[in-house]
Amino acid sequence: MTLVGPSGCGKSTLLKLIGALIRPSRGTLLFDGTALVRPTRDVGIVFQEPVLLAWRTVLDNVLLPAEIIGLDKASSRARALQLIDLVGLAGFEQRFPRELSGGMQQRVSLCRALIHDPSVLLMDEPFAALDAMTREELGFELMRIWSADKKTVIFVTHNITEAILLADRVVAMTARPGRIARIVDIDLARPRTIDMEFTQRFKDYSDQVREVIYHGAGAGRS
Amino acid sequence: MTTESGGDAPELNDEPVGSAGSTVKAILGATVTLIALVILWEMLVRQFQIPSWLLPSPSVIGPSMVEWRAELFEHSLVTLYETLVGFALAIAISIPLAVAVVYSPLLQNTIYPILLALQSMPKVAIAPLLALWIGFGTLPKIVVVFLVCFFPIVVATTSGLTAVPTPLMDLIRSLSAGALQTFVKIRFPTAMPHIFVGLKIAITFAVIGAVIGEFVGSENGLGYLILVSTSQSRTPLAFGSLVLLTLMSIVLYYGIALVERIAVPWAPRN
Repeated sequence: MTLVGPSGCGKSTLLKLIGALIRPSRGTLLFDGTALVRPTRDVGIVFQEPVLLAWRTVLDNVLLPAEIIGLDKASSRARALQLIDLVGLAGFEQRFPRELSGGMQQRVSLCRALIHDPSVLLMDEPFAALDAMTREELGFELMRIWSADKKTVIFVTHNITEAILLADRVVAMTARPGRIARIVDIDLARPRTIDMEFTQRFKDYSDQVREVIYHGAGAGRS
Repeated sequence: MTTESGGDAPELNDEPVGSAGSTVKAILGATVTLIALVILWEMLVRQFQIPSWLLPSPSVIGPSMVEWRAELFEHSLVTLYETLVGFALAIAISIPLAVAVVYSPLLQNTIYPILLALQSMPKVAIAPLLALWIGFGTLPKIVVVFLVCFFPIVVATTSGLTAVPTPLMDLIRSLSAGALQTFVKIRFPTAMPHIFVGLKIAITFAVIGAVIGEFVGSENGLGYLILVSTSQSRTPLAFGSLVLLTLMSIVLYYGIALVERIAVPWAPRN
């Protein structure tokens, strides 16, 4: 699922609410039927910046959540190595973040979000700080990882193409007031390919999303 | 250089090419300049026949330092002792205090603003009062050193402990990490480079503090030696003391920088 909308519509806020990092000013959130009041360890988070720890190697950065939660060391280590391999960073386990490019750092941060095998992965504009090519590459990589281990991924972006290409379901939001204006189910085959961006269907989807974002919820409901 | 868009080719060199060469060049350049200045100094003093009680030439200072080596050594030890004890005391008190300030909103709103305000007070101006209160022994000097070191370390540590990026704090909170875990694994390592910046500022202040303390009233130390030798027109000895003070300051500073390189290898270098 991707959340798309203009700046300031509350995408990130919604994500933080889901992660229970902030409390709603009104109402409660239900997670698997129970109210969310405290942060749950069942989520993994990837931010726009990799925010890795400069004093830890790639492997130790990935292991940080496992250490905090207190998971079994040997099995976490094995899983970390597997994840690092999965994102194509095998051989870089003992490197330090400053030795890696931005794209590589973001891959490490993805591994870190997955190390404790959360059922929900929250991604807050994870590729926004990257250049267009790395961004595309990581998008496909994310889908590849997702297809191997299907988690609920909530992905915030302001890039409509990215939102449609990645998602089964695009949640379009409007700004002021920040509302969910429309939910568009994306019925495109998987694995997705870059060519799909140029199909008529893709174009229709992106028109639908764009319409809501620019003209509000009421506009031209189909 | 590789471009970011070119994928993920790693930059394995954390230092720009030729940086080792440029360091050697910089040291060489500085040394040559220093030698040239000393020679110029010597020539000017000889040329204008400046009396050595007014401005001694390097060729007079050197032998005078050898002649007074026993005294110089003894007084250096006193100043070094005051400097190091005051500095250590400042570390021992200011780092825990900074931690307390960061973790206690009460302290943050009461003590910390006062600390920041006191920082702008010239601490050395208290030296005469300290002599009045605790006499002329080693202790008032240690207190002056402590005072001048205390503030930079507190401020640097506090800002370091609060320098954790918000997303990282969010991540830690999402894992329900305990306060101790957060401190040990995230906050303190984040603060380390900041703390070392504070320590390096403090150590240079420390030597100044010790000398000021000795100026105010003392029977030993290099500051005392400068005062006495100047008043007795033994200017070469005053210059000798000055040379030793400078050396002490430099060695202490680079000592801290060396500890930093070992303890905080990830810190940005300049």
